[in-house]
Amino acid sequence: MFMPIIEIKNLTKKYNGLTAVDGLNLEVQEGEIFGLLGPNGAGKTTTLMMLTTLVKPTSGTALVGGFDIVKNPADVRRSIGIVFQDPSSDEILTGYENLKLHGMLYGMPAKLREERIKEVLELVELTERKNDLVKKYSGGMRRRLEMARGLMHHPKILFLDEPTLGLDPQTREHIWKYVDDLVQKEKITVIITTHYMDEADKLCDRLAIIDHGKISALDSPAKLKQVVGGDVVVLKTKNPNLENIKKLEFVKKIQTKDDIVSLTVTNAGEHLPEILAAIGKVESVEVHLPTLEDVFLHYTGRAIREASGEGGWAEKVMAFRAKK
Amino acid sequence: MNIQNELVGILAVWYREFKVFLREKSRIVGSIVTPVLWLLIFGGGLGSSVSISGLNYQAFIFPGILTQAVLFSSVFFGVYIVWDRKVDFLKEVLVAPISRTSIFIGKVVGGTTDALLQSLILLVIGWIFGYFGIIPGLHITIFSFFLAILVLFITTTSLVSIGLIVGSQMESPEGFQLISSFLIFPLFFLSGALFPINNLPAWLAPFTFLNPITYCVDALRNVILGTAQFSLAHDLVIMAIFTVVAIAVGTYSFKKMKV
Repeated sequence: MFMPIIEIKNLTKKYNGLTAVDGLNLEVQEGEIFGLLGPNGAGKTTTLMMLTTLVKPTSGTALVGGFDIVKNPADVRRSIGIVFQDPSSDEILTGYENLKLHGMLYGMPAKLREERIKEVLELVELTERKNDLVKKYSGGMRRRLEMARGLMHHPKILFLDEPTLGLDPQTREHIWKYVDDLVQKEKITVIITTHYMDEADKLCDRLAIIDHGKISALDSPAKLKQVVGGDVVVLKTKNPNLENIKKLEFVKKIQTKDDIVSLTVTNAGEHLPEILAAIGKVESVEVHLPTLEDVFLHYTGRAIREASGEGGWAEKVMAFRAKK
Repeated sequence: MNIQNELVGILAVWYREFKVFLREKSRIVGSIVTPVLWLLIFGGGLGSSVSISGLNYQAFIFPGILTQAVLFSSVFFGVYIVWDRKVDFLKEVLVAPISRTSIFIGKVVGGTTDALLQSLILLVIGWIFGYFGIIPGLHITIFSFFLAILVLFITTTSLVSIGLIVGSQMESPEGFQLISSFLIFPLFFLSGALFPINNLPAWLAPFTFLNPITYCVDALRNVILGTAQFSLAHDLVIMAIFTVVAIAVGTYSFKKMKV
């Protein structure tokens, strides 16, 4: 039987009257990969900082590995590992020295420390580069080193804050594989924050969609996608005949934005000709199984890219280019 | 709290600082060359027309230049945690299961080590300059050498703490340059490093005597040159009190520090 290894109770953080995390309640089971999914600024990182005792909650608390984050921060810190969003290894030290420093900070005896350094370096395949300065590592290597470091003291719970932010697709796949293997090998619980839908979908056993500091939805990726209730048909059209579409009983949901019409349809493949006949002239059609992107849209009424600062900006730039 | 873990934690922070110190060779070279330039060029130039209480001016400012060297390196060492904060390295240290007091102590020990190694080199250079008559009247004995290290040890401990207090309150490195203008240079100029403090104008005297660094310079003049305004015990007591206060405030501000 699974036991909750993290119990978040009414966790709240306010910054100068701004509520970053708003009365969060959540349980994470032992041995699962749990995702906190949401746009930038949704409160994911703040939640993580509170769970790792680096930021004190305004109110509420959480039990992490059985210890209270407010009352026993030192015990919490001993049972967790964390890989931060920004690089947190020292560039002027070598990979090995960074790990040695970590082992010392966690009070490991010298012999155990050397064993663990060897073990985690092999795990992330950095043994050959251990005596190079971190300055000379690539972004992916550095992230792997920091992941190795987070695991070195055998934490019960590993926190990963946007582990693949800014990494190229190939490296991202590698990191995902590492995380997956780790959970198999080390039997630890992983909490991951991300605003990448594919990452959440691929990695997480369960995930919470967070928006404006609150949980909008909580379930496994598969169940969340079922909630969307059918396939998604996206049509690009100047003049959609929405009245006709509304008459079709297999169309569950209609959402429009600019010249994009997004329909939730049961058995889209079968019904596509009828939809095209009903809607009138279209420029393009796309049919896909529901993704977490659609789930996010379903719960929050916004695409995650609009909600994320950077994503929205990139999209605007593309839209601007398209106009020209 | 596990005492042994805390001690190893202090050692860990020191280990990192010392590795960084050894790798940043340009910083070591700079921290030696600048004081030597002051001593030779500034001291030599002004010394050609000035001598103070019968002493060669270069010899007279040697304790002041020594103080200046550790003043700059110690305070900047402390303020440097702003850069640890800019990346997430500071979080990595703060999330470790040791107390913030230990992290603070490790930092202070690290900064003090750097500054004392620098002092050691400068004292040897001073001894050479004196021995070969490059700076007449500068005679550094083994005894004065060790006393000087003791004085500098107390001083750097407080100065690194001051730097860490300032650094722990700064949210970004933007104000870094202001530290020299508003903290380090006033402390340096007001300390009497470059002039005698027995005959100061009335407006300047209070500032000088309120400046803790004045007592470091005075103590060093006492042990190196045998001339001073106050007794060695007087200087040491003031420096010790200043150090205890700086460490106490530093520990407190580290505990309150936001990540």
